[in-house]
Amino acid sequence: MIRILPRIELPISMKKPSLLALLFVACIAPASAQLLINGAGATFPAPIYTKWFDEYTKIDPTVRFNYQAIGSGGGQKQILAETVDFGASDGPMSDANLAKASRPIWHIPTVAGAVVVSYNLPGDPALKLDGATLAAIYLGKVTKWNDPAIAGQNPGVALPDQDILVVHRSDGSGTTFIFTDYLSKVSPEWKEGVGKGVSVSWPTGLGGKGNAGVAGQVKQSPGAIGYVEMAYAHQNRLPFADLKNTAGNYVKASISSVTAALATATIPDDFRFSMTNAPGEESYPISGATWILVYSEQKDHDKGQKLVQFLTWAYTDGERMAAALDYAPLPPAVEQRALDRVNSIKY
Amino acid sequence: MPSAQASVPVLPPLGSRAPDSTFKWAAFAAALVILALIALVGLELYYGARLAIAKYGIGFLVSSAWDPVSDQYGALPFIFGTLVSSLLALLIAVPLGVATALFLTELAPFRIRQPIIVIVEMLAAVPSVVFGLWGIFVLIPWLRDHLFVWLKHTLGFLPLFQGPIYGVSMLAGGIIVAIMILPIVTSISREILRSVPGLQREAAYALGATRWEVIRIAVLSYARRGLFGAAVLGLGRALGETMAVTMVIGNRPEISASLFAPGYTLASVIANEFTEATSDLYLNALFELGLVLFAVTILINVAAQLMLRSMGSGGVAKVH
Repeated sequence: MIRILPRIELPISMKKPSLLALLFVACIAPASAQLLINGAGATFPAPIYTKWFDEYTKIDPTVRFNYQAIGSGGGQKQILAETVDFGASDGPMSDANLAKASRPIWHIPTVAGAVVVSYNLPGDPALKLDGATLAAIYLGKVTKWNDPAIAGQNPGVALPDQDILVVHRSDGSGTTFIFTDYLSKVSPEWKEGVGKGVSVSWPTGLGGKGNAGVAGQVKQSPGAIGYVEMAYAHQNRLPFADLKNTAGNYVKASISSVTAALATATIPDDFRFSMTNAPGEESYPISGATWILVYSEQKDHDKGQKLVQFLTWAYTDGERMAAALDYAPLPPAVEQRALDRVNSIKY
Repeated sequence: MPSAQASVPVLPPLGSRAPDSTFKWAAFAAALVILALIALVGLELYYGARLAIAKYGIGFLVSSAWDPVSDQYGALPFIFGTLVSSLLALLIAVPLGVATALFLTELAPFRIRQPIIVIVEMLAAVPSVVFGLWGIFVLIPWLRDHLFVWLKHTLGFLPLFQGPIYGVSMLAGGIIVAIMILPIVTSISREILRSVPGLQREAAYALGATRWEVIRIAVLSYARRGLFGAAVLGLGRALGETMAVTMVIGNRPEISASLFAPGYTLASVIANEFTEATSDLYLNALFELGLVLFAVTILINVAAQLMLRSMGSGGVAKVH
């Protein structure tokens, strides 16, 4: 998932340092040395992580953070290579990749987001869709907007006799992973023929780069349908469909309906879970968490200690900042489990 | 003369060739560094791609499968897309660029030359992603609603202009790349045309040639090797163009006869999928696409060199 990163403030450079000033700096430097914690990975949570780092360094000025939003794949590679202190990923690591680690890597979920289905129809009518129909559209089986499968769920909506133009992400993305994971759960045909992943072999449609690419394509093409990250759709006021959940209710994607899905999702002990198609009356079905990846035993005592202190703060005060940035915070029960896991990191 | 004689004793004594040889070796080392860099890039790409090369062998180049979920990879649709979009770009940009250069060197009033040169060169300074955005929001809707409809209506009997019109397409990719390589093609063509000796033109005029004949016989024929070189440099740019292309080409790994159908290029798929690729084979396949792009670029340059050699030394002989 791609978001625009907030600008990072550069330190003001010193003007004409005199020899005396340099000596002075050299003397006091060891005393005020800041510990630098490096992280790398997913782009989707980068805005909230950056916010957390900003706020946390105000509380504890002895620590600094450097987070590189290079994508989940990069985050997994870097934590395996131990070139960073923590990784971040929108999808859980595979067993094959985890087996490459020298010692256990833990997944800890931080926040969640949703994927919404946007469309371009005359008059922007409110639309309702169920998983089977969505899968049929993306399989190229339902090709007209006035197909009975769509019209049957939308009585009273004037649907045109128009071809559906399917738009998907062209870049590898956690958004695609969540979307295809959902389609795999609701459509056996999708599971068999396409499957789930950050990039898949799409049976039909056009690829747009990033949320902006998909949204741009949908906005520009009458009759188009595409999936984008919820925060992006909110901020750009795109129309999006209500999705039918397992309880049979059509639910609008929102922070509360995502947190509701998190609360009802089955979360195993290793936190490698999928929350798409979660049970519950109010759960929005196409949503997913994002994780940080840390070694259960930290090599560097000081860094490990600072990292645990930071994460403890993140799961208490930090989570309260999520909603303002369009992320769904963890429900209390999951938050407590995450906190317990953080506190069992050894350093 | 007296001053020249006076300066002789100041020259260093014969035999001190140290500066000469130092310069020679330094220049040689600089050339070697470039060769070493190219070799290193090739080796590094090969090393990164070794799993995919071992698994698929030559089949990688002719397979159309690209399915990261089931770990099936093939490069053919991407090679096709890269070559077709680049050739389209050349077909559009070379005539336009050479014509602009001719206008600037032969025809334009002196006053308006500099402003046009500045404007053309400003095109080169526009970032790729800006061209892409302009492509999505301005070019694509126009192509979809006007040019493509017209093409389908008038040339629809050709397989090139059949099928549904989405706007984003191979042709849109070619047009965007053409705009992006236009500055380099124009600037180099202009330099080449400027270097045509005035004597050539005067000789042709003396024979009673019209202005068009002068341009054709004395200028273009003299400069054709250089103009070919300008096209090759443009092609080099076109092959590697990534960001703007991916925003307008539709990103669908498919081989279609229609220019209205979406396509995909080698550079675009690497940029799109590299950041989130986690499985080893997937990453290796992306590296192999890089290796293929590298090889395609080298092959095209070698072919261009060979063609250039067979073209002879230009039109000088004919004008005598």
